[in-house]
Amino acid sequence: MINVKSKEIYLDHSATTYLDPRVKKQMDKYFCEEFGNPGSFNTIGLRAKKAIAKARNGIANILGAKPNEIVFTGTGTESVNLAIKGVVRANKDKGKHIITTTIEHHAVLDTCEYLEKYEGFKVTYLEVDKYGSVTPEQVEKAIRKDTVLISVMYANNEIGTIEPIKEIGKIAKKHKVLFHTDACQAGCSQDLNVNNLNVDLMTLNGSKIYGPKGTGMLYIRKGVRIQPIIHGGGQERGLRSGTENVPGIVGLAKALELCQKEKEKENQRLIKLRDKLIKEITSKIPKTFLNGHPTKRLPNNANITILDIEGEAIMLYMNKYGICASSGSACTSKTLDPSHVIMAIGLPYEAAHGSIRFSIGSRTTEKDIDKVIKVLPGIVENLREISPVNLELEDVLEKVIK
Amino acid sequence: MTKKPTYADVKTKGGKGWFYTDVVKEHFFKPRNLLRTEEEAKKYKADGVGIVGSPACGDMMKMWIKVDPKTERIKECKWQTFGCASAIASTSMLSMMVTEKGGMKLDKALQIKPQDIVKRLVDLPPRKFHCSVLGDKALREAINDYFKKTRKEHRIVKQGAKVIDKQLNVTDKDIEEAVLDGATTFEDVQKKTKIGVHDKSCIPEAEQLIRFYREKYFGPD
Ligand SMILES: Cc1ncc(COP(=O)(O)O)c(C=O)c1O
Repeated sequence: MINVKSKEIYLDHSATTYLDPRVKKQMDKYFCEEFGNPGSFNTIGLRAKKAIAKARNGIANILGAKPNEIVFTGTGTESVNLAIKGVVRANKDKGKHIITTTIEHHAVLDTCEYLEKYEGFKVTYLEVDKYGSVTPEQVEKAIRKDTVLISVMYANNEIGTIEPIKEIGKIAKKHKVLFHTDACQAGCSQDLNVNNLNVDLMTLNGSKIYGPKGTGMLYIRKGVRIQPIIHGGGQERGLRSGTENVPGIVGLAKALELCQKEKEKENQRLIKLRDKLIKEITSKIPKTFLNGHPTKRLPNNANITILDIEGEAIMLYMNKYGICASSGSACTSKTLDPSHVIMAIGLPYEAAHGSIRFSIGSRTTEKDIDKVIKVLPGIVENLREISPVNLELEDVLEKVIK
Repeated sequence: MTKKPTYADVKTKGGKGWFYTDVVKEHFFKPRNLLRTEEEAKKYKADGVGIVGSPACGDMMKMWIKVDPKTERIKECKWQTFGCASAIASTSMLSMMVTEKGGMKLDKALQIKPQDIVKRLVDLPPRKFHCSVLGDKALREAINDYFKKTRKEHRIVKQGAKVIDKQLNVTDKDIEEAVLDGATTFEDVQKKTKIGVHDKSCIPEAEQLIRFYREKYFGPD
C-alpha cells in the first residue's frame, strides 16, 4: 500500500468553494473601516448603503434584471424558502398547487413538505429519467388550474445534470404559472440571464461561486406577488428584514461578476479535466459508471458509481491520500438511506451505496486529476478484495434503464 | 476515570459528531483477520460460516470461524464485508476480541453485544452505531452453523422475530432496528415503523422493548 501524506486535493467544490482572493480584497474594507449600517442617515451609513446599491446594480446587470428585482438574503436555503413560501402564501387565492422535482436540494424538498403538512398545499414531485432530467412536457402535463408555482433546479448538486430551464420557463409563461429556479450550482458556469431563462424567481448563493458563505440572493421579477418570511426592520423592501451583511453582499456581487466574466474559458478548462477524470476512472476501473447526463452536465461535476463497495469507505481511503471528495452513500447521509438523487435516477439499492462525487474548481489542476486516477484503482481493488459482494455490471445497468 | 476519546482527522460530510476515534481509524485502515479475495475465501476451511445483511441495505458481512472442539474456544475468526468505515472497524475489532488470549469460549462469544465492541473502539458516533451490529450477528450465525455441523443443534440460539403489532406485522426486530437508527421514544419508533397506529394493544409491550434495546445498545440511561 502506498503511504503518502501530501497536500490536500480539494474535489468537493459543489459542497462549497474557497473565497476568490479578489473577492476577499473587495470585501476587506467593509469589516473595520466601512462598517456602517446602510439604514443609518449618517455619512458612514450612507457609504454602506452605496456599496450595497453598487452590488445590486452589478448583479442586476449580469442577470438582465432591474436592481429592485434583487433581494439579498442569508443563504441559498433562505432564498429558496422565501421564493417558495413567499410566493405560494401570497397567491393562495389563485390555488394551492406546487410543481417541483424529486431531485431538488433539501431546501426545496423540505420546504414543500412543510407546506403540504402544515399549510394544506398540494405538491407534485416530477420524476426524472435515468440521467436525472425532467422534460418541459412533464411539467406541462402536471400543471393544473390551481398551480401557482413551479420550482425546478437549474443544475443538480449531486449528479451535475442541467435541467431545461429555458423550455420549462416557456411552458410556465404560457400557462401563466410562476417559475422559480434554484441556480445555486449553476452560478459559475451557466447563463444567468433571467429573460433568456424565462424565470420569475431565481436563487443564487455565494458559497458555491468563490464568494462568501452565508450569503444569498433571490431574483424576483417585478409584479410577482410575494410575502416576506422574516419580519422586522423592513430592509430589502420589507422582504428580508435584518441589518444587511454589507461585506457579504459586496463579496457576493464581486464573486458573481468574476466567475460570469471568466466562465467561457474556465468552463472549457474544467470540461477537459472533468472528462479526463470520467474517462480514466470508468475505463481503468471495472464495474464503474457515470451518474447524471453525459453532456448536459456541469463542467465541474463527475459522479461515479463503483460497484461492490461502499462510498464512505472509498471516500475515507481517498482522504488518506489527501483527496477530498464526497459520497452519496447511506453512511454519509443524515437518514440511513442512500442519497435521494441517486435513488431518483433509478439506481438499485445495491448500487446506490457506492457513488462518489468529484467536483472540481478553479484551483484544480491536471496533476490533481492524475493523482486521483493513480490512487483510486488501488483503493477500489483493496476494498473489493475484502467485500463478499460481486455484482454484475449488466444486471445493475439493466435495472437502471427504465 | 474513563479515558477521553481522541478523535482522528477523518471525517465525512453531514456535520456534527462525525469524527472517528484513532482506534476506529487504525482498524479501518489496517483491518485484522480479513480473508482477502474470493479465492482465499473459497480455500479457507472453516468450522462455521455466517452471512448477514445484503448490499441493498448498505452492509453485508460474511464470517468464518475455526473452533477447538475440546475447549470450544474460537481459534480463528475471519471475515469480509461490504460496508462503511464503522462496519469495517467494528468487525475487525470483534474478530480480535474473540481470538485474543487463546480464543473466546463459544458461550461467551454468543453474548457479545455491539456495545462491547464500541467500548473497545473507544467510541463511535451514535449515528454510526447502526453500522456496527452486523459483526456480532454474523458471528452468532457462524457459531450456530458450527453447532449444526457438529450435531449440537440443541445449542443453536434462534434469532427469530416476534410479531408485536399484529395489524401491521411490526416485529421486535423492526423495533430493534429503529432504536439502532436513533429512535429513543415510542413516538420515534412509531414514525419509523407505524407500530401501534391501529393495534393500540401492543403499545405497552413495544415500549418495554424500546427500553430493552436502548439499554442493550446504549447502556442504562
Ligand atoms: C442546489 C442547491 N440549492 C441550495 C443550496 C443551499 O445553499 P446554502 O448552503 O447557501 O443555504 C445548495 C447548497 O448546499 C445547493 O447545492
